[in-house]
Amino acid sequence: MSEKKHRVSRRQFLTYTLTGVGGFMAAGMLAPMVRMALDPALEVGEEGDFVSVGLSEDEVSEEPQRVDFTREIEDGWYESEQNQSAWVVRIDGEILALSPICTHLGCTVDWGTNDDHPEEFFCPCHFGRFERDGTNVAGTPPTRPLDEYEVDVRDGMIYLGDINQRG
Amino acid sequence: MLNKIYDWVDERLDITPLWRDIADHEVPEHVNPAHHFSAFVYCFGGLTFFVVVIQILSGMFLTMYYVPDIIHAHESVYYLQNEVTHGMIVRGMHHWGASLVIVMMFLHTLRVFFTGSYKKPRELNWVVGVLLFFVILGLGFTGYLLPWDMKAYYATVVGLEIAEAAPFVGEFARILLAGGDVIGAQTLARFFAIHVFFLPGALLGLLGAHFFMIRKQGISGPL
Repeated sequence: MSEKKHRVSRRQFLTYTLTGVGGFMAAGMLAPMVRMALDPALEVGEEGDFVSVGLSEDEVSEEPQRVDFTREIEDGWYESEQNQSAWVVRIDGEILALSPICTHLGCTVDWGTNDDHPEEFFCPCHFGRFERDGTNVAGTPPTRPLDEYEVDVRDGMIYLGDINQRG
Repeated sequence: MLNKIYDWVDERLDITPLWRDIADHEVPEHVNPAHHFSAFVYCFGGLTFFVVVIQILSGMFLTMYYVPDIIHAHESVYYLQNEVTHGMIVRGMHHWGASLVIVMMFLHTLRVFFTGSYKKPRELNWVVGVLLFFVILGLGFTGYLLPWDMKAYYATVVGLEIAEAAPFVGEFARILLAGGDVIGAQTLARFFAIHVFFLPGALLGLLGAHFFMIRKQGISGPL
């Protein structure tokens, strides 16, 4: 920038400085408000607690069993108990706890309710199907396996934690 | 870049005369603190408006977390104050700003009074200003209840007793404001509606009239 050619008029100077100072003040005013509005999106999720489902390790078989339990949900200033369910099944010796929420559009799946496919999870909404280990059956609407609860065994009893996606 | 966007819009909509009407006007010497420092008293009206803008913005953001319900109102205020990042700052702006609006408005009123700016032909603007004064007092009164703590509750008990002391219409006014015989769920819902919809609406309308008149009539002359 050559100093000879670039002359800043008094009016321009005032426009720049006033816009700058004004913009700085507006930003200082809006920054805390915007940060406050963005807080839920920026908050780091906490690890959920493990909840006993009243089922012992020995009771888990290769036949999926439905367990119902309640979990404490913290929703801002509101704390409540939410009923949740899981399908607990033993696959190759490992215990798997599957979420009953269909990965297509969120309906609830059930085990063996479709007479044509008695050994599969079945979703009545759009006929989505899942294998015993939660893998989605190709050619049916769901595009990924059923979500999975974190499983912990304490003193022989099954405890379930957060729900995680697979695959 | 910005200039090009402006020119593009201006070519189609001819917006230059619009903002010139609003923003481009002479500031007389006697109200310009650069000429006479004591002229800073002429800033109080603008400062009142500035704080009102802060109140509107911070209030909008506070309603993202606040719920006007007697079970959860206080917990939601506690949550936004202590758990939400910068919630304390935004609530602080609204809390302290509320008092500052009243202080600034009072100083503005004093300036208008002592410079005699309310005299003919500006009587109507004084009347609108007095209405604005009542609207802002109403905003302060209704907003005070919303945190739903002991101070809020008892301030409203006293406020409604004052309303009841009015001759003839007192009891009617109290029940109308409280939304029933009890100061409770309905009072809180009602005060919230008045605080965030009715009074701000009235405030913006009156401010529009206030500013229209001052632009139409100009600032009153030097003493």
